[in-house]
Amino acid sequence: MDYEAVIGLEVHVQLRTDSKIFCGCSTKFGDEPNSNTCPVCLGLPGALPVLNKKALDYAIKVGLALNCHIAERLKFDRKNYFYPDLPKAYQISQYDMPISYNGYILIEAEGVEKKIGITRAHLEEDAGKLLHEGIVDGSYVDYNRSGTPLLEIVSEPDIANPKEAHEYLTSLKSILEYLEVSDCNMEEGSLRCDANISVRPKGSKKLGTKTEIKNLNSFRAVARALEYEIERHTDEIEAGEKIIQETRLWNDAKGITISMRGKEEAHDYRYFPEPDLVPFTVSRETTSVIGSGLPELPRERKIRFMKDYQLSDYDAGILVQDKKMAQFFEDCVIGGVEAKQVANWIHSELLGTMNAQGISWQSLSLKPSDLAGLIKLIESGKISGKIAKEILPQMINAGKSAQKIVEEKGLAQVSDEGVLEGLVDSVIASNPRSVEDFKNGKKKSLGFLMGQIMKESKGKANPQLVNKILQEKLKNI
Amino acid sequence: MDLYNNTITDTLDFIRGDKEKATSVSDSLITRIKNIDSKVGAYVSFSPDKSIKGIEQNVSLDAAKKGAPFFGLPVSLKDNICTKGWETTCSSNILQGYIPPYNATVVKKLREKGAFIFAKCDMDEFAFGSSCETSCYNKRAMKQKKLKDGPASNPWDLNRVTGGSSGGSAACVAAQEAICALGSDTGGSIRQPAALCGVVGLKPTYGRVSRYGLIAFGSSLDQIGPLTKTVEDSAILLGIIAGWDQKDSTSLNVPVPDYTKSLIDNVKGLRIGIPREYFIEGINSDVKKVIQEAIEVYRSLGASCVDISLPHTDYSVSVYYIIATAEASSNLARFDGVEYGFRHEGGDLHEMYYETRNRGFGHEAKRRILLGTFVLSAGYYDAYYLKAQKVRTLIVNDFSDAFKKCDVILTPTSPTPAFKLGERMSDPLAMYLSDIFTIPANLAGIPAISIPAGFSRDGLPIGLQLLAPAFCEDRLFQAAYTFEQNTEFHKKRAKL
Repeated sequence: MDYEAVIGLEVHVQLRTDSKIFCGCSTKFGDEPNSNTCPVCLGLPGALPVLNKKALDYAIKVGLALNCHIAERLKFDRKNYFYPDLPKAYQISQYDMPISYNGYILIEAEGVEKKIGITRAHLEEDAGKLLHEGIVDGSYVDYNRSGTPLLEIVSEPDIANPKEAHEYLTSLKSILEYLEVSDCNMEEGSLRCDANISVRPKGSKKLGTKTEIKNLNSFRAVARALEYEIERHTDEIEAGEKIIQETRLWNDAKGITISMRGKEEAHDYRYFPEPDLVPFTVSRETTSVIGSGLPELPRERKIRFMKDYQLSDYDAGILVQDKKMAQFFEDCVIGGVEAKQVANWIHSELLGTMNAQGISWQSLSLKPSDLAGLIKLIESGKISGKIAKEILPQMINAGKSAQKIVEEKGLAQVSDEGVLEGLVDSVIASNPRSVEDFKNGKKKSLGFLMGQIMKESKGKANPQLVNKILQEKLKNI
Repeated sequence: MDLYNNTITDTLDFIRGDKEKATSVSDSLITRIKNIDSKVGAYVSFSPDKSIKGIEQNVSLDAAKKGAPFFGLPVSLKDNICTKGWETTCSSNILQGYIPPYNATVVKKLREKGAFIFAKCDMDEFAFGSSCETSCYNKRAMKQKKLKDGPASNPWDLNRVTGGSSGGSAACVAAQEAICALGSDTGGSIRQPAALCGVVGLKPTYGRVSRYGLIAFGSSLDQIGPLTKTVEDSAILLGIIAGWDQKDSTSLNVPVPDYTKSLIDNVKGLRIGIPREYFIEGINSDVKKVIQEAIEVYRSLGASCVDISLPHTDYSVSVYYIIATAEASSNLARFDGVEYGFRHEGGDLHEMYYETRNRGFGHEAKRRILLGTFVLSAGYYDAYYLKAQKVRTLIVNDFSDAFKKCDVILTPTSPTPAFKLGERMSDPLAMYLSDIFTIPANLAGIPAISIPAGFSRDGLPIGLQLLAPAFCEDRLFQAAYTFEQNTEFHKKRAKL
């Protein structure tokens, strides 16, 4: 029998506000433990939360970008549970009235556009962090993260396979980065993901029993864990076993999931309205002002790039994935170079070098005008493409313009016909065999001779001119 | 006359910015405490270093504030209001040793105006109670903190309760061990002990006074308010502590009027609503008599009495014990031994939680945490919590309908005068009914004041309660002040 998976994802995103969601403490990552705390985020008795308006604005911004309805009433609830990283023993969250709901995003699946529904995206506060490393007499708690604003984005179970899950996460992350509301850094925990999955016979209307997978530390881990779970579910069903509704932990090293807690052990969070925060109306004006300030999002930008710069779907798709890359591309084009050339250079050479050296768009020192300058040198015949490829890493590392490196290292293309003729003559003289082969109709020999000439010139010879001169000389032999 | 007998007005008149005079007021109170608090047991701590000596340091600390309008005014605080560097315990074992790193907004306001925190008052543990008997300091093991070995006593009859939960705050004012005090009121915790101890107690409108730094019991019900010797003092003290606070999202940005301007001896034309549901069988006959006489006083002064109905009164106590305990169960979850206060060491995390809370909380706290946890649990939420919230709305509506027909509502504060110590400790339901007349104001968020209205045949004080629409404290003050000016009950002092 054929089976199909039904997948839904819950993504927690830290919103990049300067201060925490309910107090004025800094949200900075990596500071001395417990240095960014106050009575409110430490949950000291008597302290009260006050909503950070910026966090609300960011949440609305995301809601609108995910095509959600924005709630007219803002209400918070308490989610009660005991854990040492949760200082009040309840988390201020949103239960039955999320700030945004009923949205969707579009992803690419098997070359076609697919809508993935967004059930809801609600605001809540982050917890602190337990420290175990290097501590022998128990555990310590760092409350610096306590009270950092989080947005929990819950998808509909519209995702059919691990590949779509990966695509959904990439698209979502890209949108969040375009909105500049989150660092989306999985290592630092500013983006976290849990997955819900069930498997059923293909075409069946009834949902199978679901499991929830936690401890997914990368998009790749999400895809791998889902693949594992689909196989596990399928095997169990085939074997006539029942799937147990439970929460499972992904073990990345072993590539397996392990049961964490069953349905019976599931918490009763005893949600109830947070009495310390009075519900209030989110004015339609606020929402529409935020809506009109939304930036161009990845999908719109891709369509525009295809139209304005005649880029292929593939080229445009790669370019818009990262807001900074897309911006870099456009700035290069504005600098007066041909769009297709720029796209090629970014895709192949620039991304290649960045990946090899572990440079992010964030930390890239190369300016768009630098790349544009490099391409212009090729277009004007000053340097060859080959030289250009060699120069690019030097530009990135030394922070120098192409022009400067070419000047310093004498890499300019040689287009002086007198010089080139001398080069051609000497290569012809030292390769009589190949010349004869050519004369006898072996066209391949021309390429060999070209190569020899370029090699002699250390790649600086103007290939078009060399080709012309070589052809003429051979004809006259 | 001894300085400790003074009202706020007298005290400020005496001090007039003079540091030495401020010290003599404080000295007079210290002498008084040394003489009688071993009988009353109103206080749990006297200064950040816990000694009575520390009180003088408080005065000098605030000397810099010379020129401030309330310079040198000593204010006693219920021990659930956070004081920076000064242990704040809610009279609970679980908060022993807890020293807040910040001041409650009311403390900040008092200090800015030149007043100083004099000492901290005993209370029912986490404000759970109507008699001050659930305080952890009533246990022998904890007695070293108090001057009295045992629970706080009513200054009018030491065998009787102070009422509660702000029992210490009411008793210290009634016993002339304080000039004035602050308490907190969740279901009557200021008004009921004020009535039982024969002082003036005001629960302001919800949102009138900042709750920042008040250790929460029922967040949607709690308000800090004054316990004083006169209505005038109540108006003065509310004027200091009231106002919007950026740190409390539930405080309201409504201008604070000069409440002393409403101290006018005139109730002509005032329409006083008498809710028929409040004068049922079961009220103590002395209370009934005193209230009827009070109504006659108002009539004779030109007020008119209107028969009104608050039809959902019967449900108040049930609704209150669902909402208040639900909120409390969540508010008290943070006392888990992780960050501060008492911790039971040993075992794993679960055992640490379990034993910390088992040993840290008293019986009544546990009862309310369990009750609150139950009503919020999956499967019961709709039947209890949600239903209670709906009935709460009906109770709010009862009052808005009633205030179409009258300006203020008059009721007894408590169905009985002070009861005997120990009498209701084994009967929680009887104890809960002590607050039957005070709870509705908290549910509706409206202001209410209790003032001395007479005495029982045994010589125990009886209070009358006045209620007004939200933010109409001025109306309460005028009606209460007029009664006070035309009666002598507030002048009588407990003999100690």
